[in-house]
Amino acid sequence: MTDLNQVIFSNINDQDPWSVQAYLSSGGYQTWKSILTDKINKYSPEMIIDTVSKSGLRGRGGAGFPTGKKWSFMPESSQQKYIVCNSDESEPGTCHDRDILKYNPHALIEGMAIAGFATGSTVGYNYVRGEFMVECFPRIEQALHEAYELELLGTNILDSGINFNLHNFLGAGAYICGEETGLLESLEGKQGKPRFKPPFPANFGLYGKPTTVNNTQTLASIPKIIQNGADWFSSFGTEKSPGTIIFSVSGHVNKPGNYELPLGISFDELLAYAGGIQNNKSLKAVIPGGSSTKVLPADIIQSCTMDYESLQEAGSALGTGAVIVIAEGTCMVELLKRISRFYFAENCGQCTPCREGTGWLYRILDRITKGNGKINDLELLVDVANRIEGNTICAFGDAAAWPIQSFIQHFFNEFEYMVKNRGKSMAA
Amino acid sequence: MLDTKIKNEIDHWIHKFPEGKQQSAIISSLHAVQHHNEGYLTTELMIDVADYLDIPKIQVFEVATFYSMFQTKPVGQHEIAVCTNISCMLRGSDNILQHIEKRLNIKAGQSTIDGKYFLKNEEECLAACTGAPMMMLDHHYIENLDIKTVDQILNDLENNND
Repeated sequence: MTDLNQVIFSNINDQDPWSVQAYLSSGGYQTWKSILTDKINKYSPEMIIDTVSKSGLRGRGGAGFPTGKKWSFMPESSQQKYIVCNSDESEPGTCHDRDILKYNPHALIEGMAIAGFATGSTVGYNYVRGEFMVECFPRIEQALHEAYELELLGTNILDSGINFNLHNFLGAGAYICGEETGLLESLEGKQGKPRFKPPFPANFGLYGKPTTVNNTQTLASIPKIIQNGADWFSSFGTEKSPGTIIFSVSGHVNKPGNYELPLGISFDELLAYAGGIQNNKSLKAVIPGGSSTKVLPADIIQSCTMDYESLQEAGSALGTGAVIVIAEGTCMVELLKRISRFYFAENCGQCTPCREGTGWLYRILDRITKGNGKINDLELLVDVANRIEGNTICAFGDAAAWPIQSFIQHFFNEFEYMVKNRGKSMAA
Repeated sequence: MLDTKIKNEIDHWIHKFPEGKQQSAIISSLHAVQHHNEGYLTTELMIDVADYLDIPKIQVFEVATFYSMFQTKPVGQHEIAVCTNISCMLRGSDNILQHIEKRLNIKAGQSTIDGKYFLKNEEECLAACTGAPMMMLDHHYIENLDIKTVDQILNDLENNND
């Protein structure tokens, strides 16, 4: 089988991997120290951005945007710039950033420092979701404290002339703050309502200043990429989807877990890592990248490799790498209703199609499961979803629409059966 | 009036932000105030926060009512939040929630009459999907739940009269 944990979690089996001693003894902060001592010849910002671009690293928060390219959007200017980490992990099915915060917080801190230097940002904020208050936050705070004690952060760090100050921030419970401009609003002390784009954060970000927002896993991958080179990182994965990614495998599997593996492994191999399906049942469907990505029936996902291209060709997306496995016997109508309830509850209320539409979707599904559905409800669901998709400020509207479209596309007979049989599930 | 301890905590957060951007400390201030007020916010406390941060009251009210971790009416002492999002649902979270509702004789979103428990209506996925089903008890994550474990946890709480 393919090797696990080759980049971000390479130190996960060390004793107390989150401690600064463990991080230092596995070569941690060497990259940052090298940058501080040779920031002109070997590690200029341009060279770092070039290495990240060549490594092929793409944003692991769900959108998969090339990280080097994002960094290169930061304007040349003398004004204050910011690097912001999105640790507001909340895409249903996703729980790998939590493990990074818990087990490898120093990799994130080092990654943010490097990203700060590369983008000309002297201040960084790590936005951690509020629910991580007791478990993850003290650990990332402790790690930050240790980095300051070692004088690896601050002003004129190790006499390099480089400044970088980093702060952890705690949110207060809102899925929408995972959207990068919603997150910036929240960091400014407002409701987390996404902004119109353009302007993009690189030009108008935190407090209106140039800002780069990256996901936790993306930033935690950076130190190793700079240390070992672009070719090393891209030697994992496929040509178009290089590197490793942490798959959060959840649902009906024997061994749910976070598995860091090269992109491009087959779905079947990933499923084997997760111990196969519970109770020797057969596979029914998979949501491959968090609840916002489109569901794929067993026969389609089993012919896929787990990378950006393969899943896109299959009509879905890699998203956050949150692989939700669904066994035979599961009612897809009830499942979709739960997903819809979530988007209904969590929409921010700004855009009418999303605010009103998510309520319509949930209420229609609710009446179907209660035996009051009408046969044209299925058409209505898709119609409402289509009217939300593409018509909102942020991607939340699309995320609410895609499950509806894909569940009905692939499992139409189950929905039809329930409507015709007054709420009786075909799976029962 | 906010006491010194809370003011110090708020100051700690204000210093993370640029001069004049103390609005950024609203969320942290509300966490601090709520924590020291039995888990909920009052209008007076929100006004105190606005006054201390020197920002319009409406900005604090807007934040307090937008985020699910802030409560604007009294709640029970121990907050229980059962994740019922998709990964947890697939592994039986509905049974866990129903069991707790039955045992505490309340519905999600309510507190017990004795003021001991608040069963939060949790809509978000709590990002512990590989340990599903799970719940938070006073912000502590408890994973791989079954009815027996839940009963044990509730028994322990009942026997502990702090």
